[in-house]
Amino acid sequence: MDIHEYQAKEILAKFGVEVPPGALAYSPEQATYRARELGGERWVVKAQVHAGGRGKAGGVKVCDSDAEIQETCEQLFGRNLVTHQTDAEGKGIYRVYVEGAVPIEREFYLGFVLDRQTQRVMIVASGEGGTEIEDISANSPDSIVRAIVEPAVGLQDFQCRQIAFKLGIDPSLTQHVVRTMQGCYRAFREHDATMVEINPMVVTSDKRVLALDAKMTFDDNALFRHPQISELRDKSQEDPRESRAADSGLSYVGLDGNIGCIVNGAGLAMATMDTIKLAGGEPANFLDIGGGATPDRVAKAFRLVMSDKNVQAVLVNIFAGINRCDWVAEGVVQALKEVRVDVPVIVRLAGTNVEEGQKILAKSGLPIIRANTLMEAAERAVGAWQNDLSQNTVVRAAQ
Amino acid sequence: MSIFINRETPVIVQGITGKMARFHTADMVAYGTNVVGGVVPGKGGQLVEGVPVFDTVQEAVRATGAEASLVFVPPPFAADSIMEAADAGIRYCVCITDGIPAQDMIRVKRYMYRYPKDRRMVLTGPNCAGTISPGQALLGIMPGHIYLQGPVGIIGRSGTLGYEAAAQLKAHGIGVSTSVGIGGDPINGSSFKDIIQRFEEDDETKIICMIGEIGGPQEAEAAAYIRDHVTKPVIAYVAGLTAPKGRTMGHAGAIISAFGESASEKVEILSAAGVTVAPNPAVIGDTIANVMKEVA
Repeated sequence: MDIHEYQAKEILAKFGVEVPPGALAYSPEQATYRARELGGERWVVKAQVHAGGRGKAGGVKVCDSDAEIQETCEQLFGRNLVTHQTDAEGKGIYRVYVEGAVPIEREFYLGFVLDRQTQRVMIVASGEGGTEIEDISANSPDSIVRAIVEPAVGLQDFQCRQIAFKLGIDPSLTQHVVRTMQGCYRAFREHDATMVEINPMVVTSDKRVLALDAKMTFDDNALFRHPQISELRDKSQEDPRESRAADSGLSYVGLDGNIGCIVNGAGLAMATMDTIKLAGGEPANFLDIGGGATPDRVAKAFRLVMSDKNVQAVLVNIFAGINRCDWVAEGVVQALKEVRVDVPVIVRLAGTNVEEGQKILAKSGLPIIRANTLMEAAERAVGAWQNDLSQNTVVRAAQ
Repeated sequence: MSIFINRETPVIVQGITGKMARFHTADMVAYGTNVVGGVVPGKGGQLVEGVPVFDTVQEAVRATGAEASLVFVPPPFAADSIMEAADAGIRYCVCITDGIPAQDMIRVKRYMYRYPKDRRMVLTGPNCAGTISPGQALLGIMPGHIYLQGPVGIIGRSGTLGYEAAAQLKAHGIGVSTSVGIGGDPINGSSFKDIIQRFEEDDETKIICMIGEIGGPQEAEAAAYIRDHVTKPVIAYVAGLTAPKGRTMGHAGAIISAFGESASEKVEILSAAGVTVAPNPAVIGDTIANVMKEVA
């Protein structure tokens, strides 16, 4: 789960990470008022969306007056911000964060992530922070400093000092850097984060170490023990279909194709998508309904897939293990009676009691196209979609 | 021979009184698995599916001589249960539980390393379908009847995709020595490499099949190991050639993810290491059958 910058800063500040003074606003008027409360002569207005790359996309503006803040906010509120980390639709701006501008001397990059190679927490840092970090990591990977946290004892001060010296930070500031890194690590560990990122961490001309931006992502599997983090969830930043799916225990990712997929198991779901592509089609979604395929889940899956207007055929691929095919087949039949599905439906069942499952589908009287193998299912789905397409074209031409 | 489990291996089920655990315990017993007990704190003395329940893993091991354990404990308590098994001297543990916090798994892995290698427990999973040595023992939730006994060692991250491969093999009349699910979580007990090493040492396994997915470094790590240490033929399939790139916030993931995490890169790396890669999931069985003909 992702949270906003201002929320991440609030959390990190509690762990001793120094952040610039800032305030949240839900309207342009509130933003100017909050800026006046903060004082100073120059402010940064930052769109609060769950995505990086906001600066380049126009979501972060430096303002020198009330009027400028007002104008900037009027442009931001209600708009969708499209960055290189969002999809083409972008993310809606409903909150802005106003911060006092600080005089920057140097920028750094500091990140904490779960490293899958060592299966431990890794610190990633660079002396060249700011918005170009991805380019730097691609072009000069050696300039990136890394350290691994030993889980039994946690992050040690010497590791932080090592990083600070490697980055060439003014030695008089080493203790500040250690405090910042230790604060980030403790926030990471105590809140079950999967990512903490300060980009940039800056040294100001008055020699302070500040987190100018902050991002945190949390482990969904650990939210049960962090109710105060769960409360920070902002559904306005999620794809509505994906979050609806997640709420009913399904894992869904919308894509651009037109063959809807309903599959049990993430690996088999990806394999099904690969096979559709091989057969000449384009999958409309990734959908994993989980190991078990109860009738209720199958029905929810059909509703979800059919809510995508681009879907022109649905391929159901269930490998029934413990939940037998006959039971899954009844679920499919029941779902098709409940949910209006006006496109061809292709069902491939495999595993326990497959013959009984096929019989139930055949007897249902529903126009279900059956398939025995994965390849056959994909070919029939693509065939049905192309057929459907040409028929529609004929109808349209006749009109 | 098979790896990890055979018909003699005494098995306990942690969290045996849960609905899912009861169901699968009955299924494992029916398959012929030597289930000798279960563990649920506070429920010691009960009988479930004909096997005695103990309060602690230590008691269960003392009373039954259990060597392997299957963990069905809910996510908040699963990590603790795995560490309890490691401490009690269990040799092989399979964790089925899906949804364990990543940092709990980091602690589990660190904890297991406190034991010297000769008594360190091997963990597979979490979030996997389990391990089966066909015709001998089942330690997991997979449907036993789709596996024939034979020479192919299977390792996979995904449960149902593993079933797909086993069913395709069965259609060719080809059997399996052991099939091991390593699970889909980022922090897992054993990697592809760990299991491939076991199959290389196992006499009954003549051919190795690995079923990978996009994401993570473990397929690339396995490729390097296969190139340098494996003499048996290896067949692979990697799911997710068409999968969308995950949309994650921040840059940190992009910075640490090395070459070799996308499906096409994995295919490239595995092929370069001498692995025969099945071009699509529908021909995993055909590919193995062909390689077996060449070997024979």
